Amino acid sequence: MAMFLDEVQRAGGERRRRGKLGTMARREARWGYAFISLWVVGFLLFYFVPMIASLVFSLFDFQLTAPEEARFVGLENWRRLLFDDPLVWQSLGVTFKFALISLPVGMISAIFLAILLNSKHLIGTSLFRTLFYAPVMVPAVAGVLIWSGFLDPTTGWLNQLIEFITGFDAAGPNGIRWFDDPFLVYIAYTFIGLWAIGNAILYNLASLQGIPTALYEAADIDGANFWTKTVNITLPMITPVIFYNLVLGVIGLMQYFITPYVLNGGSGYPQGQTYYYMIHFFKQSFGFLNMGYGSTIAWFMFIIALGITVLLFGTARYWVYYAAETR
Amino acid sequence: MKTNPLRSVLTHLLLLTGAFISAMPFLWMVTTSLKPAGVLYQAPLLIPTYFEWSNYVEAWKAAPFPRFFLNSAIMTIGITLGQTLFSAMAGYAFARLRFPGRDVLFFLILGTMMIPFPVTLIPSFLIIADLGWLDTYQALIVPRVVSAFAIFLFRQFFLSIPQELEEAALIDGANRVVIFARIILPLSTPVMAASAIFSFLFAWNDFLWPLIVTNSTEMRPIQVGLAFFQGQYGIFWTLLMAATVLATIPAILAFLVAQQRFIEGITSSGLKG
Repeated sequence: MAMFLDEVQRAGGERRRRGKLGTMARREARWGYAFISLWVVGFLLFYFVPMIASLVFSLFDFQLTAPEEARFVGLENWRRLLFDDPLVWQSLGVTFKFALISLPVGMISAIFLAILLNSKHLIGTSLFRTLFYAPVMVPAVAGVLIWSGFLDPTTGWLNQLIEFITGFDAAGPNGIRWFDDPFLVYIAYTFIGLWAIGNAILYNLASLQGIPTALYEAADIDGANFWTKTVNITLPMITPVIFYNLVLGVIGLMQYFITPYVLNGGSGYPQGQTYYYMIHFFKQSFGFLNMGYGSTIAWFMFIIALGITVLLFGTARYWVYYAAETR
Repeated sequence: MKTNPLRSVLTHLLLLTGAFISAMPFLWMVTTSLKPAGVLYQAPLLIPTYFEWSNYVEAWKAAPFPRFFLNSAIMTIGITLGQTLFSAMAGYAFARLRFPGRDVLFFLILGTMMIPFPVTLIPSFLIIADLGWLDTYQALIVPRVVSAFAIFLFRQFFLSIPQELEEAALIDGANRVVIFARIILPLSTPVMAASAIFSFLFAWNDFLWPLIVTNSTEMRPIQVGLAFFQGQYGIFWTLLMAATVLATIPAILAFLVAQQRFIEGITSSGLKG
């Protein structure tokens, strides 16, 4: 995984020396183009052209109901987005607030569980792995529905469990209403996300298993305890995967959609606290069929995601450890 | 190295707790789906105490679940096959063939991983509509077969295959297609499995795109079908959970059967730190 990001960083600067191509080389080049041709067609049709098209759309007043009447309006959509649409900033706020809660919780849990699963002399490793991974296979919509019932104050179990453990009156009609409280709703959504962290656990686990045992043996000789080894060997060695999960997590959360859409149809209930940026995009584009403004919202998301990614890459050299660089 | 027995016990306890919390929603789903509607507002016990199988019959009748599955299966298989073939070919070119513009192109491909889906969503939708493909399998499959990540996986794997194998074949006069089909692909089953698994997960969980390009009940994949089912039967937990069980079981079964392959696939090739 980390190799992937490594490659992204490297590919940018890579340049090959170019000379005249001989007959052999020309033939090879022709085969090269032949082999990528299918992909290039797909790329042009469903990545490149749409990307440029949506940037162009963002300069037009373009309603799907009357496509002939589309007209150039310059930066009007962008002005509206930046200065005249409070929902943009509100939904961005919601998205970031949620990200600040759910991203750290999810990433720390995934690392923690991976470290536990990687311990020596563990009984039932594969059974645990199966149990933690199984929820990933549940279709996302089904997962959301299951949790909405599981957290329901009257029919669900979580509140019963809380009541059982703490004695506090959590269950029943007057109990904890996870989806009705403007703050608790973030915790509820975080639970739903946590249920499906199986992939992150596996990436972490694969990375943990790749750490050379010699490092631990050396630390043992020095008399290091479990905690010191975790902080000084384990965590630094898996920072590339942590970084990867972080970058993809941010891009994924910008597009957070299924959970709020299934739970409340994108109404933002309660008090707009679940009106995510992606919901705003969806409503403008496919609710009001305003393709011009929808494209503007999409491009703004791209710019923000790109900005955050660049920022994260910038911080990477201070905390991400790439073994390859030291060789 | 000696293991501290106390820590070992603690590790097992923590993992058991985690596994229990992870399994509880499954249990809740099953026990709820078997409750009679009369005891709806009474939390189910840990193990099923009622066995109201008619919930399943009713859910099965209320929406065409077999059709949803068929659609999901066709869509998932189509996307997985397409992504694997396209990406294997392109991955081979990027790993083995030199051509002008290769590195720039590869950088572009990696860059597409960072593009949020909404940026391409609206024009892609309009292209599909212009082609007259709305509400068809083509619409569900064709735009989704372009995967940057799969190309990366294949390229990394192909780089690890010794060049000598190909050179020998080239001297014998084999062309690149023959080399690719007869030498490279047969050596690539591990990476094909890994790539297919990622494609499968992607296609299986795709929601927004199918939601937008399908509009008849007959064309909906399971995820979208379930969302609409919930729209109609939202407060009937027993029916809803029966439907959810139906939607979940095939995937869980498939996973349990192939889990060794699956987990190995995800943790293999290029994914290690």
